[in-house]
Amino acid sequence: MTALISWLVLPLFAALAAIALPSRARLPAALLGVGLTVVASIWLTIEVWNTGAVTVSLGGWRPPIGIALRADGLGAALGVMTALVMVAVALAARHELAAKVAGPRIGFGFWPLMLLLWAALNAVYVARDLFNLYVGLELITLTAVALVAISGKAAAIAAALRYLLFALAGSLLYLAGVVLTYAAHGTLDISLLAARTVAPGDALALGLMTAGLLVKTALFPFHVWLPPAHSAAPAPASALLSALVPKASLLILLRIWFEAMPELATPMTQSALASLGALAVIWGGVLALLQSRLKLIVAYSTVAQLGYIFLVFPLAGGDGAAQPWAAGAWTGAIFQMLAHGLAKAAMFLAAGIYIAAIGSDRLGDMRGLARALPMTGFAFALASITLLGLPPSAGFTAKYLMMTAAFASGQWAWALVPAGGGLLAAAYLYRPLSAIFARDTALTPRPIPWAWQTVPLVLAALSVALGLLSSIPFEFLQIGRPEQAAEGL
Amino acid sequence: MNLTVFALTGAALVGLGVYGLIARVHMLRRIMAFNLIGSGLFLFFGAAGARGVGLDPIPQALIITGIVVALSASALAVGLVVALARSSGTACLPDEAGDT
Repeated sequence: MTALISWLVLPLFAALAAIALPSRARLPAALLGVGLTVVASIWLTIEVWNTGAVTVSLGGWRPPIGIALRADGLGAALGVMTALVMVAVALAARHELAAKVAGPRIGFGFWPLMLLLWAALNAVYVARDLFNLYVGLELITLTAVALVAISGKAAAIAAALRYLLFALAGSLLYLAGVVLTYAAHGTLDISLLAARTVAPGDALALGLMTAGLLVKTALFPFHVWLPPAHSAAPAPASALLSALVPKASLLILLRIWFEAMPELATPMTQSALASLGALAVIWGGVLALLQSRLKLIVAYSTVAQLGYIFLVFPLAGGDGAAQPWAAGAWTGAIFQMLAHGLAKAAMFLAAGIYIAAIGSDRLGDMRGLARALPMTGFAFALASITLLGLPPSAGFTAKYLMMTAAFASGQWAWALVPAGGGLLAAAYLYRPLSAIFARDTALTPRPIPWAWQTVPLVLAALSVALGLLSSIPFEFLQIGRPEQAAEGL
Repeated sequence: MNLTVFALTGAALVGLGVYGLIARVHMLRRIMAFNLIGSGLFLFFGAAGARGVGLDPIPQALIITGIVVALSASALAVGLVVALARSSGTACLPDEAGDT
């Protein structure tokens, strides 16, 4: 319990400290906050591993009056992934966004925003109350929008405003669903909702909440805000936005569809969600292929990579939830969330190094950069392996689990999505890789500190290592899973 | 009967807000439209929560929280609109016509 509470509260305190302290003490305070939150995250993970899901009723009030927090395997695993990404981003931002390099505005604003985002993400990972989740989502949106606008350039502000429009529309749709749920059942607690008697308005409530969350997750066709917003932010902020922010709304989607209202899922709605995911894989991949700036390629690839996760709905939801393949499909989707988070953060941090080194992320200017910055080139290549889903990366484990489930359940058509998406990813990642590893040009980039160069490399290596050591996280993710799918393959 | 009036008013506010959001491109009007939708939802929420025996305190607590959230979102949005207007001279998004 102490671990859970300190994991939620420490980043908040660190954010306040980073605002209140004088500029000399700001960076040490922020880094101390990052370190302490990582410790709390590891502590919580050990506690979940040893004793099962950790539940806290705030103030001793049980639902439906009070609010319950529950750290299960899924929430704690996302928490660890978030902690790894946050540490990496903090270590990169220490160089990249220092006040004397990036200006006082970014140097001041980045640290509190990053820590507030962390606190809000952690809150969403463990919240069991639909309204609590709404507040968490809004906090994430506000900090994410501020991170997009942090550079103060006109293009970034326009991208941030567009993002805010979509995100607020998504929040209101979600809120409308929450209001209808409360009006029908008098509770918003996920566990209590799972035991409710189905009311006629439930399908509408679920539809509204789902639509809102899809906008926030940037699923095709609601993705148009994502690439300009993610590429307008400074690279460490882009890493947070792309690797972590969409995962929060996606997690709520999973919680609603698999834990709160699993009986409402019909084959048609599940196929519709997965079809949108498949379209996202194709559309994101094709648009990534057409971009000439590295950050835009990586941002469009986020649209594509998020699409895979939606295959979980037909493969593990509804009537199929009791089937032996459901656990594999469900875990595959979570693996994809974790793998994408690590690999995408590594890619954006690598892009940040390139921008710092040559002042541009146009593919034409980046030719031969691997010769001057071999570690960063290697990091980008490793992260690409995860996004392509090549063995032994975690991206491979994710796709393997989902394809196995597709064949085992007889829905083999869904197996074409990871296969085709992998080919598209190979096509759009070939262009930056061939530019970076080109032999022809001799470049003289600005020197980059060694400690900064290792950051994306470690993250990318972790995204591969997660696949090599996949049995431990596989078991961990089963802790506190919804019961109807507890029997795995 | 009273509660139905509140719920219908809430629904009407949501409708007005959605209209404003779609029909207007000036960002300040859109922020007001978001606030209208939010207020409509909260009014509906309050009416829905007041059914049954006695008053249910939970919707009131949630509405107050929701108002705080809406206020902070509006503050950030207005701040961004001011920054956009200062840097680009217009309070509309770049690819949309600026006819208020």
